[in-house]
Amino acid sequence: MSEGLSKRYRLGTAAHTYGRLSESLSNAFSAPFRWVRRSSIASPNAESLWALKDVSFDVNVGQTVGIIGRNGAGKTTLLKLLSRITEPTEGRALLRGRVGSLLEVGTGFHPELTGRENVYLNGAILGMSRATIKKRFDEIVEFSEMGRFLETPVKRYSSGMQVRLAFAVAAHLEPEILIVDEVLAVGDVAFQRKSLGKMGSVASEGRTVLFVSHNMGTIARLCETGMWLDEGRVKAHGPMDEVVGKYLAASAQGTSHFLVEDPTQAPGDDDVKLRSVAIKNGQGNASTYLDSRFPIYIEMEYSVLRRTVGLRTGFRLLSSDGTVIFTTRDNDGADLPAVEQDRGTFTSRCEIPGNLLKGGQYHVTVIADRPYVKVIFHVESAVSFWVESTQRIYEQNRVGVIAPELKWTIQRKDLPDAHGKS
Amino acid sequence: MRASLVQIRASRGWPKLGLREVWRFRDLAYFFAWRDIKVRYKQTLFGGAWAIIQPLVLMVVFTFVFGTVLSVETPPGVPKPLFYYAGLVPWTLFATSLTAASDSLSANSSLVQKIYFPRLILPLSSVGAGLLDFVIALSFLFVMTFIYGTGISLNVVWLPLLTLLALLTAIAVGLWLSALNARYRDVRYVIPFLITVLLFVTPLFTPSSQVPESIRPFYFLNPMAGVVEGFRWALIDAAPRPGPVTLLSAAIMLLLLIGGLFYFRSAERSFADVI
Repeated sequence: MSEGLSKRYRLGTAAHTYGRLSESLSNAFSAPFRWVRRSSIASPNAESLWALKDVSFDVNVGQTVGIIGRNGAGKTTLLKLLSRITEPTEGRALLRGRVGSLLEVGTGFHPELTGRENVYLNGAILGMSRATIKKRFDEIVEFSEMGRFLETPVKRYSSGMQVRLAFAVAAHLEPEILIVDEVLAVGDVAFQRKSLGKMGSVASEGRTVLFVSHNMGTIARLCETGMWLDEGRVKAHGPMDEVVGKYLAASAQGTSHFLVEDPTQAPGDDDVKLRSVAIKNGQGNASTYLDSRFPIYIEMEYSVLRRTVGLRTGFRLLSSDGTVIFTTRDNDGADLPAVEQDRGTFTSRCEIPGNLLKGGQYHVTVIADRPYVKVIFHVESAVSFWVESTQRIYEQNRVGVIAPELKWTIQRKDLPDAHGKS
Repeated sequence: MRASLVQIRASRGWPKLGLREVWRFRDLAYFFAWRDIKVRYKQTLFGGAWAIIQPLVLMVVFTFVFGTVLSVETPPGVPKPLFYYAGLVPWTLFATSLTAASDSLSANSSLVQKIYFPRLILPLSSVGAGLLDFVIALSFLFVMTFIYGTGISLNVVWLPLLTLLALLTAIAVGLWLSALNARYRDVRYVIPFLITVLLFVTPLFTPSSQVPESIRPFYFLNPMAGVVEGFRWALIDAAPRPGPVTLLSAAIMLLLLIGGLFYFRSAERSFADVI
C-alpha cells in the first residue's frame, strides 16, 4: 500500500551468452553432447552480446513509463530483468513494492482445464493468492464476458476467447509495480479498448506502470514518461511526446525511400520478404516533401518466395508525435477471401487522397501479415515525409488531426409559400 | 502491508537457498500440483485405476518370472505376489516422481521464460500427481494384506517416514536432473535409462538378503533399497527387519538433496536464458 517516495534503478547489463555458467564444463564435455553446434559457433567472447548496456534510470511512484525502441533494442530484456526472470550480469536495480509482470497473455493456461480452473491457475501463476482469486473471481469473469463458457475446456476456446479470459485475470492483478510487454496487440478491437481502459485506471490509481508497445498511439495515450532504448542503451528519457518524436524522427531519418540492401536481412519470413517502401507524388517521383492538395502514393515492394495464401499488406500513418492517423490494408472494402499469390515480386500501392492531411511530418509503419495467423513483418517508421500545407491559410490552423476537404450541400427545406399554413 | 524492497543484481558466490520465498509461493505450488492431478487422467478410459493397474500387472509378471520360473527365494511366510507388490508401490512413486521432477523445468519452459517465481516450486510440486497415484496403489496394498491374511504389524507407523524418504530421494535426484535438463536435453534420454539401472540394483526382484554380505553396504548406497525393504517390513508382519542400513539410505538421500538444492539454485540464474 504505502511505498517509498522514489524508485531508483541503476541497471547494468544483461548478457545473453550461452554457456556462460559452465564454460569449463561445456569445453570438457562438448564432444559427446548435442549442443556442440551451439557452443562451437564462436569463442565465448566473440559471441557475447550486450542486450542491455549501462541502463540507468529512475521511476517515481505512480508514473507510467512507456518503453519504445526497435526490435532487439533490449526492451523485453529490460522487462525480464525487472521482473526477475533473468539476472543482470552487472549493475543493480531497486524495486519498492510488489511487482506484477505480464510479458505474455495467458502464460500457463492449460488446454485441458476449464475456463474456471484456468482462472485460478493463471491467477496463481501471476502471483495472486488463492484467497484473492476467490474474492475477485466474479469480477474477473464479468470483465472477460466469458461466463457462459466457464465450464468448457480452454482447448475448445477460440484464440480470441483465450485472450479475453487471460487478460481479464491479468487486469485484476494489483501489484504496486506493473510491468507489461506488448500484450494488448491481441484480441478484438472492442476488448482491446476495454483492456486499455483498465490499464489506464491502474495507472491513475497511483501505481507504477512500465509498458512496452509497438503501437505509438497506445503508448502515447497511456504513458506520460517515455524511454527510448536503442541497441541496449537509453537513447532518450523524458516526457512521452518528446521521446516519441525523437524516436520517430531518428528511425525514419527523413527518408522517403526504404530499401533493403542485403536480402538476407530483409524483414519478413521464409515466404514473403520486404524489398522496399517509397513515397511518391502524383508524377510518380519519390519525394520527401509533398503538397497537401495532391494525392500521395505509398508503394511497398515485396517478394513472394513461395506460393502463399492469405497475405495482407498494409501500413499505419503516424503523425510526428506518434498518433496513429489511420491504418489501412490492401483488402479494405473488398473483404477478399484468402487469395493465393504465386511466387514473384509485387508492389502494393496505396493512394492517400489530396486535401486530407495537414501540414507536418508523417511516418509510415509498414506491416504484412496473415490475419489472425502471424505478422510477417512490421517495420516501424520505414519511411517518413513532410506535407507542405498549401490549403488556404485559415484552413491550416483548424483544430483536428486531419484536414479533409469534404462535400457539403445546402438545401432549403421549407418552401416560401408553405409559411404560415396549418 | 509493508512495502517490500527488492534488489536485483547479479548473484555471486554460493547461492542462497531462498526457502522462505518458496514458502511464500506455496499457493502456486499447490496449484501446480492441482493442475497436474486434474490433467493426469483427462480423456482416459480407466482414469485413476491406472495407478493400480501398472503395479498390479508388474506384480503378476514378477511373480511369474522370478517366483515361478527362476524360483527366487523370498522371505518365508510372505506370499510372493504381496512381496512384489509391496516393493513396487514405493518404487512406482519414486520412478514417477523422479521423471516428473526432472522434466518439470523443460515442461514448463514457457512459464520459466515469462514469469518470475522461485523455480524450486516446479520440481517440488511436480511430485503431487505421483503422490495421488501412490495413495491409490497403497490403499490397494492394504486390501491385499487382508486378502492374504498376513496381518499388519505396528511397524506400519514407519510408513509415512519411508514414503518421505522415497519422495525426497526422487526430489533430490530430480533437482540435479531438472537443472541439467534445462541446459542439456541429453538428460531426457538419461532418465529412463537411470530408472532402469536403479530398478536392477533395488531389492525389487529379490530380497537384499540374497546379496552377498560383503557388498551389502554398497547396495544400500541406493536410498531406494532401504525404502523398498522398509515398506515390506512395515506392511507385512513376516518380512525381515531392514536394519540400520536404512539409515545409510537416509544419509545418502540427505547428501543428494542438499547438493541438489545448491546446484539447482546456482543453475537457476541462467534458466530463462538457456531453457
